[in-house]
Amino acid sequence: MALLSFLDRERTVAKPGFSRWMVPPAALCVHLCIGQAYALSVFNLPMTKLLGISQSGPGDWKLTELGWIFSLAMLFLGGSAAVFGRWVEEGGPRKAMFTAGCLWAGGFLLSAFGVSIHNLWLIYLGYGVIGGCALGIGYISPVSTLIKWFPDRPGMATGMAIMGFGGGAFIASPLSVWLMSKFNTPTHIGVAETFVVMGLIYFCFMMVGAIIVRVPPPGWAPEGYVAPTKSVGLITRNDVYVYDALKTPQFWLIWWVLCLNVTAGIGVLGQASAMSQEMFPGHITPVAAAGLVGLMSLFNMGGRFFWASTSDYIGRRNTYFVFMVLGFCLYCTVPLAGSTGNVVLFVICFLIIISMYGGGFSTVPAYLRDMFGTRYVGAIHGLLLTAWSAAGIFGPVIVNYLREYNINHGIPKAQAYNNTMYIMAGLLVIGFICNFFVKAVAERYHMKANDPRAHDALGQPAAARG
Amino acid sequence: MATQVDPSMKTKVALAWIFVGIPLAWGVIQTLVNAMKLFQ
Repeated sequence: MALLSFLDRERTVAKPGFSRWMVPPAALCVHLCIGQAYALSVFNLPMTKLLGISQSGPGDWKLTELGWIFSLAMLFLGGSAAVFGRWVEEGGPRKAMFTAGCLWAGGFLLSAFGVSIHNLWLIYLGYGVIGGCALGIGYISPVSTLIKWFPDRPGMATGMAIMGFGGGAFIASPLSVWLMSKFNTPTHIGVAETFVVMGLIYFCFMMVGAIIVRVPPPGWAPEGYVAPTKSVGLITRNDVYVYDALKTPQFWLIWWVLCLNVTAGIGVLGQASAMSQEMFPGHITPVAAAGLVGLMSLFNMGGRFFWASTSDYIGRRNTYFVFMVLGFCLYCTVPLAGSTGNVVLFVICFLIIISMYGGGFSTVPAYLRDMFGTRYVGAIHGLLLTAWSAAGIFGPVIVNYLREYNINHGIPKAQAYNNTMYIMAGLLVIGFICNFFVKAVAERYHMKANDPRAHDALGQPAAARG
Repeated sequence: MATQVDPSMKTKVALAWIFVGIPLAWGVIQTLVNAMKLFQ
């Protein structure tokens, strides 16, 4: 019972003297751990030879079967963020972070058991379903808390946390390889032991986040910050109830903006290695291509912080206009770089594209806050993450199938991606149009002062919060 | 309503940032080392 009350939102209200700069590291404790999902592929090859050890043997899992683990995790990320968003918002960040930590570690431990008895369904359940729910709950858990602590710079605050999700793979990838090398023997591949150790490390790390996170007391505002008294442009001073947001055209327009931006980015992110080698045969070796992928992941992470922080100065809508216009130009430039053999131009294009892919994720919570207010921004963000799940299917499918189609129709490999780049550019044009039509939310969707839903878990009317 | 930050809080904030910063920096360095292969 004491543990349960410790998790309550009321117990996380900051006492006088608390520094808001304590909250971003708390958020990073969670996001750096769940960002491991981007590095799951390092286990793919070892898990195809758990029985054969030196090479795949009879009964060993195939790569196609293992690919479903990540797909399931992404599916449940979007689903759980949408379903549990309101619970996360009302239960508070500590309860959500604690739950995410338990699920994330539990998913790893169940997967370890699955590996040890060679049962793939247990891994689907452990990492895919349970881990996927941890991803969804963990991803949205600190968002609204950060926005409330940093009303003066919400983009930068959420950018810091979501940057951690991009950075989690940097830690997980070398850590996983190192742990497997320690547990590896001539007769045994140490995947199960690595899962156990990683699950325990992540649990401890996420618990630190849950312990140090705080929500601001009612009426709190940063020193020198004066909250605007009325809505300015797209930035509202009103709150929209989570499920009412679904009825607004603004939610669906932003859903498409995110989906199209992510579709364009995810398509090249997954295929960057093969694409660079096929477009520049003899110039970009497999080793250099691996270097490019590493550099892209750094820009993916850095872009999350850079673009979200920039949006505090130029506005969210303008930031997405930059993504769409600049992205369009860059996607149209890639075929030119390929035809002229200009590797430097190709690399620059890809690095900027991928920074905007990351920036799309990190800028959207602040965009939602501008449109729908702070009260349910975490839950609305959760609903919006279904756009990510959809883009995770669209992006790779467009790139892979178009490449196959082009090659089957006699187009040389070096030019097989050109049409794909132009289609990605076209998607960004549609994204531009959607973003163009985003206007302030109509007043009829705003929560009224006498709306029973306008009182949060602290019993605080929405209008009285800072 | 803004409140003055407790001076001891600065140490806690620094420790919290070090706690998340060290693993992140280690990961970034590992990735940069790998990324350098692009220029070799």
